[in-house]
Amino acid sequence: MNPFRYSKPDTLQAAVELSSANSRFIAGGTNLLDLMKENLTRPEHLIDITGLPLADLSETPSGGVMIGALVSNADLAWHPWIERRYPLLSQAILAGASPQLRNMASTGGNLLQRTRCYYFYDASVPCNKRSPGSGCPARSGLNRIHAILGASEQCVATHPSDMCVALAALDAVVHVLGRGGPRTIEFADFHRLPGDAPDRDNQLADDELITYIELPPAGFAEHSHYLKIRDRASYAFALVSVAAALELDGPVIRQARLVLGGVAHKPWRDRAVESWLVGQAVSRETFTAAADALLQDAEPLAHNGFKVKLARRAIVRALSEAALVGGTAR
Amino acid sequence: MSATLSEATPASFVPHPIRLTLNGSVRELQVLPWTTLLDLLREQLDLVGSKKGCDHGQCGACTVLRDGKRINACLTLAVMCDGAELTTVEGLADGDELHPMQRAFIKHDAFQCGYCTPGQICSAVGLANEGRAQGSAEISELMSGNLCRCGAYNNIRDAIEDALPLCQQTGGES
Ligand SMILES: Cc1cc2nc3c(=O)[nH]c(=O)nc-3n(C[C@H](O)[C@H](O)[C@H](O)COP(=O)(O)OP(=O)(O)OC[C@H]3O[C@@H](n4cnc5c(N)ncnc54)[C@H](O)[C@@H]3O)c2cc1C
Ligand code: SF4
Ligand code: FES
Ligand code: FES
Repeated sequence: MNPFRYSKPDTLQAAVELSSANSRFIAGGTNLLDLMKENLTRPEHLIDITGLPLADLSETPSGGVMIGALVSNADLAWHPWIERRYPLLSQAILAGASPQLRNMASTGGNLLQRTRCYYFYDASVPCNKRSPGSGCPARSGLNRIHAILGASEQCVATHPSDMCVALAALDAVVHVLGRGGPRTIEFADFHRLPGDAPDRDNQLADDELITYIELPPAGFAEHSHYLKIRDRASYAFALVSVAAALELDGPVIRQARLVLGGVAHKPWRDRAVESWLVGQAVSRETFTAAADALLQDAEPLAHNGFKVKLARRAIVRALSEAALVGGTAR
Repeated sequence: MSATLSEATPASFVPHPIRLTLNGSVRELQVLPWTTLLDLLREQLDLVGSKKGCDHGQCGACTVLRDGKRINACLTLAVMCDGAELTTVEGLADGDELHPMQRAFIKHDAFQCGYCTPGQICSAVGLANEGRAQGSAEISELMSGNLCRCGAYNNIRDAIEDALPLCQQTGGES
């Protein structure tokens, strides 16, 4: 790890004003320090944001929930409002990392964690995400864990977060504060596809601080399910994950949310498939048709063809669980 | 990362004063910003119970309790622990009286080489403080952040299952 200056501001404004192109905010540190130890990132200045007043949950006037960026992943997953009203989010968080890491990891930091592509983590090889223009060894190399949707010639990495898959399904809104003032970003627009700038994971500017994540009132508590498929039963990143949420009127689907993790550079949400599901009856055929539609443009690489089959089955299972069991059976 | 106070550092990188409660005693220390809590404990304070298995949050051997919650000391900056109350495996016993979790690990022979044990025990005390695990399946899932290369998992789980009610009665706080 390189030497750096350290500051701990106690107001949001001060934090934003301290930031520069060579600084980083640090919250839980579970991703940033990991990367710094490998010299993959070498900030000159760390701005410790854990003294900022962003560690609480509150209710919004519309009946939603505002989550401070510093709320830990564990506190969020086990908060009574989240367990009861947004069980999909609880499930997704608890499927990720380990209890120790969830105690440390923050809500804001989880959104900004970087890919787990093994070439990205190996400073001795090229990588367009790490050094733009140097090449992508994953495309022609080992790509079992890489993207099957929305990838580009330049980068086939996936976004590793579980929490973000649920937040995308729940239509969360990201609140940020920069030198130019506050703004909000719809969750679906927050992360980017790699395109020809894979070094940029998301829309956040250098001086911008995530302050809150807002959940709208609809939590799909009756019918939702997070399914994560990984190489071992716990404490591993997703090969494929599915956040499924339904609103049902008897057997008929009134609203549907369907988001995939582990398959693209961002949580993969397909609104056309969601709209198609509305008005359909709950059945295996319906869910299989939805899965086929969602995956019709999948472009597997040499080693991750299995992800297409896996995703298809996972979608059907997650939607079935959501419809039949409901998300409250944790 | 092995930077310590003795290493030559540019003048602009000054040590930061921190104050923490470590295993019950108040300590005032000077730390460089890039020193992890694990390196502070092991290299500067000679508390070598907490182990460095991976140094990347992947194994749990470095687990300690911060304000009663289990964390990975290898991914924590010491400077960010200013004001915290920390407990390491060295601070769990009450004088000569072992913590109930330590006694259960001995009773169930919950180790082979012992390298993962301090982290397992601290993690298990953190698990008790959380009060979430019910039954052996949940114990296994909520102990998944602690790997054991010797594969002593069954005995570890049995020890924890045994000790949980005792720890929860006493509030579990070390
Ligand atoms: C071994 C291991 C296994 C893991 N497994 C999983 C898993 O299965 N699923 C999963 O989803 N995650 C997993 N994780 C990742 C973990 O969830 C993230 O590392 C964590 O959520 C990051 O949060 P943090 O607060 O520690 O971020 P930090 O490391 O503090 O910061 C990460 C980045 O976000 C920036 N940042 C932090 N907060 C803000 C803010 N408020 N505003 C602007 N920028 C900010 C920092 O500058 C930095 O660039 C795993 C991590 C490890 C080490
Ligand atoms: S997939 Fe992306 S992150 Fe991985 S090596 Fe290629 S450019 Fe780098
Ligand atoms: S040494 Fe910290 S988790 Fe392995
Ligand atoms: S007892 Fe040897 S690693 Fe666990």
